[in-house]
Amino acid sequence: MTDVTDSPEDRAFREEARAWLTEQLEGPFAHVRFRGGPGEEEEEFEGRVEWEKAMGAAGWTGITWPKEYGGRAVPLSQQVIFYQEYARAGGPGRVGHIGEGLVAPTILAFGSEEQKQRFLPGIKNGTELWCQGYSEPAAGSDLANVQTRGRLEGDEWVVDGQKVWTSLAHNSDWCFVIAKTEPDAPRYKNLSFLLVKMDQPGVTVKPIVQLSGTSEFNEVFFDGARTPAENVVGGAGNGWKVAMGLLAFERGASTLGQQIGFESEFKEILAAARENGAANDPVMRQKLAQAWIELQLVRLNAVTNLAEGTTRPGLAAINKLCWATWHRNAGELAMEVMGADAELCAEPPYKLTRFQSRFLFSRSDTIYGGTNEIQRNIIAEQALGLPREPRPDAKGKN
Amino acid sequence: MSAASAEDRALIRDSARSFLADNATSADVRKWMATDLGYDREVWGRVAGELGWPAVPVPEDFGGLGLGLGETALLMEEMGSAVFCSPFLATVCLAGSVIALGASDAQKGEWLPAIAGGELTATLALTEKTGRVDAAAIQAEYKADGDSFILNGAKRFVVDGHSADLLIVAARQAGSSGENGIGLFAVPGDADGVARQALPTLDQTRRQADVQLGDVRVSRDALISEAGNGWPILSQVLDRGITALAAEQAGGARRILQMTVDYMQERVQFGRQIGSFQALKHRVADMMVKVESSLAAARNAADAADAGDADFPMLAAMAKAYCSDAYFFCAGESIQLHGGVGFTWEYDPHLFFKRARASASMLGDATYHRERIAVGLGL
Repeated sequence: MTDVTDSPEDRAFREEARAWLTEQLEGPFAHVRFRGGPGEEEEEFEGRVEWEKAMGAAGWTGITWPKEYGGRAVPLSQQVIFYQEYARAGGPGRVGHIGEGLVAPTILAFGSEEQKQRFLPGIKNGTELWCQGYSEPAAGSDLANVQTRGRLEGDEWVVDGQKVWTSLAHNSDWCFVIAKTEPDAPRYKNLSFLLVKMDQPGVTVKPIVQLSGTSEFNEVFFDGARTPAENVVGGAGNGWKVAMGLLAFERGASTLGQQIGFESEFKEILAAARENGAANDPVMRQKLAQAWIELQLVRLNAVTNLAEGTTRPGLAAINKLCWATWHRNAGELAMEVMGADAELCAEPPYKLTRFQSRFLFSRSDTIYGGTNEIQRNIIAEQALGLPREPRPDAKGKN
Repeated sequence: MSAASAEDRALIRDSARSFLADNATSADVRKWMATDLGYDREVWGRVAGELGWPAVPVPEDFGGLGLGLGETALLMEEMGSAVFCSPFLATVCLAGSVIALGASDAQKGEWLPAIAGGELTATLALTEKTGRVDAAAIQAEYKADGDSFILNGAKRFVVDGHSADLLIVAARQAGSSGENGIGLFAVPGDADGVARQALPTLDQTRRQADVQLGDVRVSRDALISEAGNGWPILSQVLDRGITALAAEQAGGARRILQMTVDYMQERVQFGRQIGSFQALKHRVADMMVKVESSLAAARNAADAADAGDADFPMLAAMAKAYCSDAYFFCAGESIQLHGGVGFTWEYDPHLFFKRARASASMLGDATYHRERIAVGLGL
């Protein structure tokens, strides 16, 4: 992933990306630089919405999409390069990430031509933000157990139920919702992937106060919410297949940008260790070196997953387990480096320092998108071929 | 050195895997590890003659195949998978590497074709009583005496040191310290003044020896590179050696994972395959994460060496540190997950467990290489 390995085309792309990012982030968008990372989703939110639109206008969103949908159809190597340059330039946390990284690839893979025409431009231009309606109070790791219902009434779906852990719901224009639409069909055949507008009477968003004291996540209540019949991706009853396809995007290229951002987080920890003398402690030096090793492995495992993930089961799970665990450990390591100072907040009453915020927020990394334990199940069953967990509800009665 | 194509690498891997499956079974390894030599000369002759393994990294001008560390490491992966007993590490990865990187063309012409052909075994006599691989640990001394050099010192933990035909001895000029004043000398194993003794080792699959040097006199032709200038060569050789060893560790970890999974599929308790219990599944899942990461770390370092990447020393240190820990972890887990039979001499986990323990210390342990990384990070 170093510059020396770039092909001439890749090098030209890198230079183009670097020039634009530098010009913008040292110029009109300097106020969003390095803002809004994990656990800091509320920072400079309005500025980051404008940034999303500026990226779209300049052609830096949806770069892997086909050209007919406004993309640049760049190869994966250039997607990686863009993430690297974005991190290097201090690009802010993307408010359009869920649309660009999750919804768009899902619609491109499973959606109708009309859905592509309707939804991709808003994602590309940064004018329509998305949130994810997957988890429910009774459907966390057991995602197929969703209880939210969708029923066709005339030419509309009517949605009733509750979603949880929906990031950015209060700022989003649209939500993709997994709902049970075929109550008599067996497990995995009874769901649909619906696209639902957030601004309507049947949708209520209630923030969840997290252990960080902040509220990036929400509960979303659907109470007779409506969406046109054509807003089902992949057809009614095929929601599980579409949902799993989306999870594969989530575990593949979509989190690569975040992982590339880990490099700069690690450098901050190194700088703090140098600054306060922790770097002189032999045990701390061992821990920092080990964190560097594991950070390289996050990258190597991501590359392996992108190259071989479609043919070798379990690699995506290994990738998720590695980056999530690395980030959580790095959160702990930063606190350890800070020593007694780790305890002091930035401002009263409870404004956290960057290290504190990451320390707390990274506890969620090993939970969302499939917990570490679910990833281990996937590795053991799908990669190593061990027997599946016995399922009391295997007959589909749930 | 040029990297082979992906197809060529697959061919090398497949042929190595199939040869070792047929000719390096558990029974074979157990037979070899009980011999004084520690490996089988006839099998090593076939490895060299039929498969050409020792020729892989040797330049084409000197009778080799001119391939890179990537291909050498790939062979080490497969040998590690079989806990294969052979002089490959000492002869090819260590001594051969010193010669290829530091020797004159005349010296290369004398030794490399014989190494490539499997007729000459060799080793690097570097470590002493501390087992450390930093320059300061080299206490054996050399002094010039007319047209020759006289070597004195006590080398220990020398891999295959009891049997190698040729010893590459690292010694320092009397009065020098640190990385200065190191000289590298090629000494025939049966030279006057050399006394060698195999050491009884916990890991019986690879021999280590004491090598005493008492007023050993060698000619100027035995000096590799310049007197006093040996450390820059040695440090490159060590980084290449730890990369190869890390690949061997990764291969061993991969095999022990597979053995453990196979056992968990067949062993039934409480009316279920034990591999269906989540408490055990999660442990092998963690093993697989470490195996995949080990393979990635070792291959990444080897490819970085072949690409001339300036980060290679960091990536080599990373590979050795990570693979040492990962292999030992996996081998230990393997014993536990095999339960009672894992504690027996009859089942194989102990062969891997002991090899993992031995290779963790060899050429610098994980702590040593992590400290190198800390220095490289500017800490």
